Amino acid sequence: MAHDTEVLVLGGGSTGCGTARDLARRGLEVTLVERGNLTDGTTGRMHGLLHSGGRYAVSDQASATECIEENETLREIAGHCVEETGGLFVQRPEDPDEYFREKLEGCRQCDIPAEVLSGREAREVEPYLASDVKRAIEVPDGAVDPFRLCVANAMDAENHGARVETHAEVVDLLRDGDDVYGVEVRHDSGPGTRDHGAAGTTEEITADYVVNATGAWAGQIGAMADLEVAVRPSKGVMTIMNVRQVDTVINRCRPKGDADIVVPHETTAILGTTDEEVDDPDDYPEEEWEVDMMIDTLSELLPILSESRTIRSFWGVRPLYEPPGTGTQDPTDITRDFFLLDHDDRDGVSGMSTIVGGKFTTYRAMAEEIADHVCDKLGVRASCDTADAALPGSEDLAVLERGMDDFGLRSPIARRSKQRLGSRSEAVLETEEPNPVLCACEGVTRAEVRDAIGQSGSDLNAVRIRTRASMGNCQGGFCCQQLACELHPEYDEATTRAALDELFQERWKGQRHALWGEQLSQAMLNYALHATTMNRDRDPAGVDERIAFDAFDGGPGGER
Amino acid sequence: MAIEDDVLVIGGGLAGATAALSAAERDATVRLISYKQSTLRHASGLIDVLGYDPTAVAGTGGEREGGEPTPLVDPFEAIPDLPEGHPYERVGLEAVRESLLFFDSVAGDAYAGDHTDANALVPTHGGTVKPTARYPATTAAGIASDPRSTLLVGFETLPDFDAPLAASHLEAAGVPFESRGVTLSFPGIERDDAKITRYAHILERDEPVDSGAGQTSARAALAHAIGAKLADESRVGLPAILGDDHADTVRRDLEERLGVDVFEVPMGPPSLPGIRLEDLLYDALEDAGVRVTTGVPVVDYESVDADGAGANRGQIDHVLVDRKRKRVPYSADQYVLATGGLVGKGVQSDRERVYEPIFDCHVAHSEDRYDWFVDEAFGEHPFAQFGLAVDRELYPLGADGEREFSNLRAAGGVLGGFDAPAEKSGGGVSLSTGYAAGAAAGEEVDR
Repeated sequence: MAHDTEVLVLGGGSTGCGTARDLARRGLEVTLVERGNLTDGTTGRMHGLLHSGGRYAVSDQASATECIEENETLREIAGHCVEETGGLFVQRPEDPDEYFREKLEGCRQCDIPAEVLSGREAREVEPYLASDVKRAIEVPDGAVDPFRLCVANAMDAENHGARVETHAEVVDLLRDGDDVYGVEVRHDSGPGTRDHGAAGTTEEITADYVVNATGAWAGQIGAMADLEVAVRPSKGVMTIMNVRQVDTVINRCRPKGDADIVVPHETTAILGTTDEEVDDPDDYPEEEWEVDMMIDTLSELLPILSESRTIRSFWGVRPLYEPPGTGTQDPTDITRDFFLLDHDDRDGVSGMSTIVGGKFTTYRAMAEEIADHVCDKLGVRASCDTADAALPGSEDLAVLERGMDDFGLRSPIARRSKQRLGSRSEAVLETEEPNPVLCACEGVTRAEVRDAIGQSGSDLNAVRIRTRASMGNCQGGFCCQQLACELHPEYDEATTRAALDELFQERWKGQRHALWGEQLSQAMLNYALHATTMNRDRDPAGVDERIAFDAFDGGPGGER
Repeated sequence: MAIEDDVLVIGGGLAGATAALSAAERDATVRLISYKQSTLRHASGLIDVLGYDPTAVAGTGGEREGGEPTPLVDPFEAIPDLPEGHPYERVGLEAVRESLLFFDSVAGDAYAGDHTDANALVPTHGGTVKPTARYPATTAAGIASDPRSTLLVGFETLPDFDAPLAASHLEAAGVPFESRGVTLSFPGIERDDAKITRYAHILERDEPVDSGAGQTSARAALAHAIGAKLADESRVGLPAILGDDHADTVRRDLEERLGVDVFEVPMGPPSLPGIRLEDLLYDALEDAGVRVTTGVPVVDYESVDADGAGANRGQIDHVLVDRKRKRVPYSADQYVLATGGLVGKGVQSDRERVYEPIFDCHVAHSEDRYDWFVDEAFGEHPFAQFGLAVDRELYPLGADGEREFSNLRAAGGVLGGFDAPAEKSGGGVSLSTGYAAGAAAGEEVDR
């Protein structure tokens, strides 16, 4: 029987997009479906750490070795998504010497470049480190932008013929006896210029092979075909600061613990994290104590954090998994390794495998292994080239390296715009039109926003993800309106108004965990700007009841 | 020896300036101390009194009941029914009316709206309309109840006002006139990110600009560009950039050149109408002989026991002002606290509490900071109502309901019990409580 596609990948996170890219580059016909937008699950909710492997150098050396290899690969193929910040494992006086030695040895055993710095040297690198910091190990950690990286993978898959279908939720797995042969998806209206199925309609997509790469949601997908996948979702909080207090990734050098990492990310620093098992990856408590713990515990390393301004917090769910019967109690002890569950071997149901576990840094290696497995299943002989082929946007590294002068923009803006756009900078930013800055906090210009709208359509949240517009100090209070204006006249007034409301509400959501001090003051200012000055909260355009305009003041002229 | 005045007003926004002016009318010697630039420059320059009835929109958990609220035609009719504790309920309707008369006398021709009790619906830069009681004369020709057809003009380098979008939005809001928007390039603007004041200065100084066909003046070039787009519309609206000190001259010049009325659409921060209002108030303070000390924060106070004063913490003897890390005492007989709300930093917070930073006056709030807000961006946020509770003479009250001090009154955004953005009442609350607190303080000195 003819199928719609050879391989159907479920899930538009890093694993799914990486797998789709790999298979498409091998010449297979690939379709990827994603419930929401790309990165909507765990990928878009991580701290942006590109692991050196140092973190696992004691507990899990296989993972550590894989991390350093992939770390080096990503610097090559995705230079425009990575910031080479370097990292420090910092030891406080109360942290065990024994562990520090083990960490150093472990790094060396795994070929992770590692140098010991004295407390003083460490503070020369990062002046805000506490004065009693004892010493540190310097490793090649980095910061990575998961949004851009994931989108770049999806773009490359499409460039190689893949169909990427976002806003298409899997509502059923198609199973015929002991064979899974596809899925039924329900389309929703999605942003953009891409063709979506009509909202509310369903579509059956049949495939020779199905890859379930839905991470924390893999158990829910499995259950649709009566397959048990005992994924153990574990939540973690990330708290975003208003500025980068550090330019280096700061890790706490002790066996394990919550709140032990600070990752500089663009103009901010992200504090992480907690590790708490949850029942439902879509519905779990986001708790105040988690945010407090980030600030209180990490202030031991960086005292300035207790005085600093946090702009928002967000939570993500790790797709942890361990084989049945392992019985680990504490989620922090569950392996970070990934598992390829071949349902044919495991459950006697052919046509589908499920991927669970794993880490963002090693998404490419995971994708390679999955693609190998799929090729094996389908009897395809094709080799992987994803470790050598640069991702879209980074093919021309010279463009990334040229200075701000190239574009006649002020330096921080050009530099950052170029990081965001990679080799597309020239095409986007060299415009004859006036190109004012629309988001002053993040330095995002009109040309970049229009380019993102061209790619993402009227969904301003997607524009935000592509450009970082509205993600700075003011959390969109000042620029949401500007961003919405750029939708017009391509999109009509009602669409523009709805997009603005949606972005403003989304920006509000994350701030709720940072509402005290400066950020509460900012929230009140944003509220006043949008409600008092613009009357967006009582906008008569959103109301059925018409205003009796002639009952109001007709102006001081009096004759009217 | 402390610097001494009869009345010391802390805070230099609309409430503080009004309090100082009204105290000065009572022949008291008055000083106003302000720290940072006032939040007036963030605000649109409109003076809202009451645009929506808070009792009509009250609901639970951020959900509004009984359909969407419509704007109040007559704010004064609704004021007597406001709930206990609302600042208008505290000062009373008469004080609100008196304070508007007072404002009208201070503002003179610069403001309009005093010819009627009815609210005006003024177009906003977001393209909708909002109810307000007093509006700058520069916006008067744009009133939405005026049925004349309208051309809105935006500029490609001013991205927060998209005139074609605003025109469609006004139509969606049901305004009784035809409107159309065009986007032009602004003569004389070289940088894409020029400050808003740069636009104002080009027009105010009528700078020479290159029009493409030789040098001309900025206003002539602007009028020419607008004229080329003007069809049969009888008024033209521009973003609020028409000059700084002489906005009226700029506007009249454009009107003469175009042969139609010209008006400004109030904008977000930094707001020229807000800056002009600030200038107007500070000129009035100078004329009234109020001593103005700016750029220094009040950081602390000392009190004396005042037996029988009926106050918790006695009487304020003096406040301490931080001048380059030196603490300088300022003493007065009566004090007015007009330091603003969360935005102006008259009310502050940390992870554990919400507080008033100078006198530590009581601010009611939930202990759990997750109860300070609701999930809807435009829901009924408890934080929007954070501030001091006062008695009907505007004395801040402690948690026990007793006066905090015997000689401290509070006015404006530092007060709690009202949601200014939802009600559109911020300006009127500042005027009326500032006016009443200043008058009472000035009179008390007289005695």
